[in-house]
Amino acid sequence: MRQRHASQATRRDREFEAFVAGAAGRLLHAATLLTAEPPDDNPRARRLLTLSLAHTYACWDRLRGEDPYDRARQYVATRFARGAWHQYGGFGRARPHPASPLAPLTPQERLILVLRLYEGVGEEQTAALLGLSTERVRAICHRATTTLLHRTRDPAPAVPAAKAVPS
Amino acid sequence: MSPVRGNDREAAVRRLMEQAPRPVPAEIHTEAVRRGGRMLRRRTLARRVLWLLAFAAVVAFTVWALTARPWVEPPSDTTPPLTGW
Repeated sequence: MRQRHASQATRRDREFEAFVAGAAGRLLHAATLLTAEPPDDNPRARRLLTLSLAHTYACWDRLRGEDPYDRARQYVATRFARGAWHQYGGFGRARPHPASPLAPLTPQERLILVLRLYEGVGEEQTAALLGLSTERVRAICHRATTTLLHRTRDPAPAVPAAKAVPS
Repeated sequence: MSPVRGNDREAAVRRLMEQAPRPVPAEIHTEAVRRGGRMLRRRTLARRVLWLLAFAAVVAFTVWALTARPWVEPPSDTTPPLTGW
């Protein structure tokens, strides 16, 4: 019994190390895009990645053929969605760093853009993961793309034109 | 908007987000293994405690049932004993 546990633990450690060596770079970049931090100074993205990897490590033996990368990405997305509500926007809270390519977007727009375009998750899966409707995901993705391309073409817009859309 | 144009926009945003991969600091792996191992140990401990509690509850119930015998009809003490006839 004890021997079986020990061999299972060593096997888990080995597989997990290989997984981290292969996937952590991409996940860290995705997390850095989410938190809108500069690539060299990203403590919040690192924390997000560490927690997600720890969660993946803890449920490694119960994956049963499921993709661990998928699991880690889901954890990053849901944790960021939960934490973004009180980590951004308030006075003295974290601001998007201008060096990040997604700095002009809101946290939700960044999350959906990263999931849909950087990670290539399907519209339905993104909607199910975040608890939104598919149309809403499509609309937010479209709006975020427009904002981003508009900003990059015109670096200093005087008035935010997207705010003037009548409801 | 035509789909081709939409694909162009998506490709442009993808190019914005793509970046040269940076080396991941090694302490992320060690910290993840430490935290994940701690979570696993806590889960094991919690499972053991719950099993122990369930076992103790079963033992306590059995002992109580054998001593109190709740299925035996209790002796009646409302009817006075029938004496002297």
